[in-house]
Amino acid sequence: MTTITEVPSPFCGIGSDDLTIQVDGVSIKVTENGCAINTPAFEEAIADIDPRVDGKMVSLDVAIKRAAKILKKANQSVIGGCATDVNGMRALMALADRNGAVVDNMNFTGAKRNFLAMQDSGWMNTTLAEIKNRCDLFVVVGCDLEAFSPQFYQRYLWNKESMFLKDTSKREVIYIGKAPSGKASTSPKKAKAKVLECADADLPEVMAVLRALVKDHPVSVDEVAGIKITDLKKIADKLKKATYGVVTWAAGALDFSQAELTVQMLCEMVKDVNASGVRCSGFPLGGKEGDQTANQVCGWQTGYPARMRFSSDIPEYDPFLYDINSMFANGEVDAFLWVQAFNSRSVPPHGGKIPTIVVARSGMVFEEEPDVFIPIGTPGIDHSGHAYRLDNVVAIRLKKLRDSGLPSTAEVLTAIEQALVS
Amino acid sequence: MLTKLTGGIVYDPANKINGKQKDIYIKDGKIVNKPRNADPDKEYNIKGKVVMAGAIDLHTHIGGGKGNIARMLMPENHRIDPVAHTDIKRAGTGHAMPSTFVTGYRYAEMGYTAAFEPAVLPVNARQAHMEMGDVPMLDKGGYVMLGSDDYFLRMMTAKKDQQAINDYVAWTIRAAQGVGIKVVNPGGISAFKFNQRKLDLDEKNTHYNVTPRDILRSLATAIKELGIKHPLHVHGSNLGVPGNVQTTLDSIAGVDGLPVHLTHVQFHSYGTEGDFKFSSGAAKIAESINKNKNMSVDVGQIMFGQTVTASGDSQRQYANHGIASPNKWVCMDIECDAGCGLVPFKYKDQNFVNALQWAIGLEIFLLVDDPWRIFLTTDHPNGAPFTSYPHLIRLLMDKSFRNDMLATIHPEAKKMTTLASIDREYTMQEIAILTRAGAAKITGLVGRGALGKNDWADITVYTENENREKMFEKPDYVFKNGEMVVKDGEIVKTVWGTTHVVRPEYDKSVEKDLKKYFDKYMTMKMGNFTISDDEITEDGRGSITVHPTVGEKI
Ligand SMILES: [Zn+2]
Repeated sequence: MTTITEVPSPFCGIGSDDLTIQVDGVSIKVTENGCAINTPAFEEAIADIDPRVDGKMVSLDVAIKRAAKILKKANQSVIGGCATDVNGMRALMALADRNGAVVDNMNFTGAKRNFLAMQDSGWMNTTLAEIKNRCDLFVVVGCDLEAFSPQFYQRYLWNKESMFLKDTSKREVIYIGKAPSGKASTSPKKAKAKVLECADADLPEVMAVLRALVKDHPVSVDEVAGIKITDLKKIADKLKKATYGVVTWAAGALDFSQAELTVQMLCEMVKDVNASGVRCSGFPLGGKEGDQTANQVCGWQTGYPARMRFSSDIPEYDPFLYDINSMFANGEVDAFLWVQAFNSRSVPPHGGKIPTIVVARSGMVFEEEPDVFIPIGTPGIDHSGHAYRLDNVVAIRLKKLRDSGLPSTAEVLTAIEQALVS
Repeated sequence: MLTKLTGGIVYDPANKINGKQKDIYIKDGKIVNKPRNADPDKEYNIKGKVVMAGAIDLHTHIGGGKGNIARMLMPENHRIDPVAHTDIKRAGTGHAMPSTFVTGYRYAEMGYTAAFEPAVLPVNARQAHMEMGDVPMLDKGGYVMLGSDDYFLRMMTAKKDQQAINDYVAWTIRAAQGVGIKVVNPGGISAFKFNQRKLDLDEKNTHYNVTPRDILRSLATAIKELGIKHPLHVHGSNLGVPGNVQTTLDSIAGVDGLPVHLTHVQFHSYGTEGDFKFSSGAAKIAESINKNKNMSVDVGQIMFGQTVTASGDSQRQYANHGIASPNKWVCMDIECDAGCGLVPFKYKDQNFVNALQWAIGLEIFLLVDDPWRIFLTTDHPNGAPFTSYPHLIRLLMDKSFRNDMLATIHPEAKKMTTLASIDREYTMQEIAILTRAGAAKITGLVGRGALGKNDWADITVYTENENREKMFEKPDYVFKNGEMVVKDGEIVKTVWGTTHVVRPEYDKSVEKDLKKYFDKYMTMKMGNFTISDDEITEDGRGSITVHPTVGEKI
């Protein structure tokens, strides 16, 4: 049995890198600094190690050949999931480029709301260490933060010491939209977060009014979506008085039509606060199951985030057209590759009667057996690698913790790509 | 395998060869003397063609987080310039901020064999190396940004001695796998986080009580004492501000003769004269550079057209967001380490300021005497994409072409520049110094930028052409480590360059305090911050080349 310390996690999105892990053969136990997300993700036992074709166990070589055959025959293949490490994503892009495939990250429908806002007007954002050391006012919009990230408050707001705040427990937390599901946002001195609750669908209106108040525009109603204007005005005033306000949101949680306009409203409001003479930053939440990693690698290799295609030999980006779910619905797909190295429960969406290849974390259980299934190792457990944290700046170095013999995403996808050429 | 390049006219300033016909022999990737009695396995008849070492860009934003934000910000700018894949090339996109593959291909197709990313945030260094790991064809390296990071500023406030600063600088450059150190708007990125919207050379950061002048001197001293060959790479205070020529002159005076490289100095050479209160400070800057032999500069020439500015200088980028075109921009505060700002720009020849910026850059090129201390850059993509270099070379080598261009710009700007009165035309040898020998020397590269015995065979062959733009945009051949990789301006083979680093010595005890700092204030462990060699080499393509510090043998 060996003990490994300072283990970084690709699962929680906040890049925790202080886990202590015990490895006994191929079984893993998180002994320190685990959480509801990281501990089960690390401790999940290896199930299958053999690839399958048509439900029958085969060698890796046979599975790769079959996968290549499916892709080679396709007029329009799509690669979904894209949940892997940097090297896995590099191999995925090379394969997609060669095969003329669509690349669509599984969280892109959420992330799209951020990209559309950013590509239209931009934003002013910050990162975790700045929050930890500077933030005195924290506004959460439309998101249950502790459900998203159980350790966020404890690590980044209620940290005992900070470089620029005398007393971190005096930080103020405000929720707009969803109320918190637990008490993580309550300060160590028992100060509860202020909550202005409204339905998600009302957030566009509420944020529009809040921005108007930040800009000192006259607002002629007394309340919006059940929230008193006087209460919103207090928040606007606080934002303009804070030393380092931070407004956070999770694009994935803003699940209503044209939510990108709400993201944009919020980002423009942050700019307005800066224009009023104090500092304020946005902080988009994401980073789970390799979504930032997928967008980063796709970004530097093609210039576009991870909903794009190589069908015409050039990279083309469209956040709407290349959504694999709508492509399935329109009957535009004749081969489907699902890549999911982190989460064995994240099964591929149902694409209809389409030849399907799944390259995924060992233990995935299917309602309908895919044509090809290749179980792979998990980055940060079975092999080393890199993954991006939610703030998109820090890439963590994932460690190899055990010798499972499972191949990496990169090995499998590179082999499929090679088999396409031969 | 022995390769012979026969009959070329060689410009190799590192070996004082100026346009002499000379055969070149290559064996095992390196240049060798003429072997006594061996027939070449491969011979290229390049009689009368111009031969130079592969070009080196010492300041170009090709890898790192802000560059990738710039890419993502501008899908419309990629759509106009798609690049299809071929049997040997990956697909990608070009224009202002090209994808990594296209960056490598296009540089190589212009005869470049190395490029250096000048703004590697230590906390984002992993990304910079991963992106550069996906840039084919080129050697690469990075300058690690310090000076607005809270650890350093805390040391300054605590008046830690120079030795302690040196140890921290050496630790950082090793942890981030860098080849030099850069400072951007010294202390200003930090000041912006404390809501200071500007910071003059002698203005104090309100929290730390430290001035940019203090920071410059401290870091420049560290570089010198650690023996890092590339001088402190300085993106000065007050970028883009009319009147900043004085800031720049004061900065030069403020470093007391320590070796310092002023980058994109064009953006720091503005006066306040004339009807529009914006004028050229080029003559003053050039005079100061000519006098102070400790100084070197790269120009950061602007070219007219669409680009996106990508800078670590969040403070100045924020100040400039009002002129974003198209109107979208990004600013970030980053990890108590640095920051960044992305502002799309459209430089217009009929805009007075832009037109004068163009002229100021050219004035600096033409007024600085010593070609070993000035370098050809557009601060890609900030002044213009790197693909405009052949055009820039023509502007420098061809006075009548330059004057023709000058005639087309904003008439008031034309009145405010001395450009028409400058007769200088750069020679072939001078271009070879700016883009090869000088660049290799100032970045401390051993065995590159030169064509002597034992130098790496990074070689570019051009066909002589009066139209220098045509000549430099399409070399006949480019050899990388002795292999032909470009023919007639097209990639014929994809290769992967090395990553250049330096590893100055330091006292390991510096890690004790750093570890405490990371545990208390940072969001990652010190051990996980450090980039290991295998992170660069494990993909089987990357490699690391360690260059000596002054007085060190490797
Ligand atoms: Zn630059």
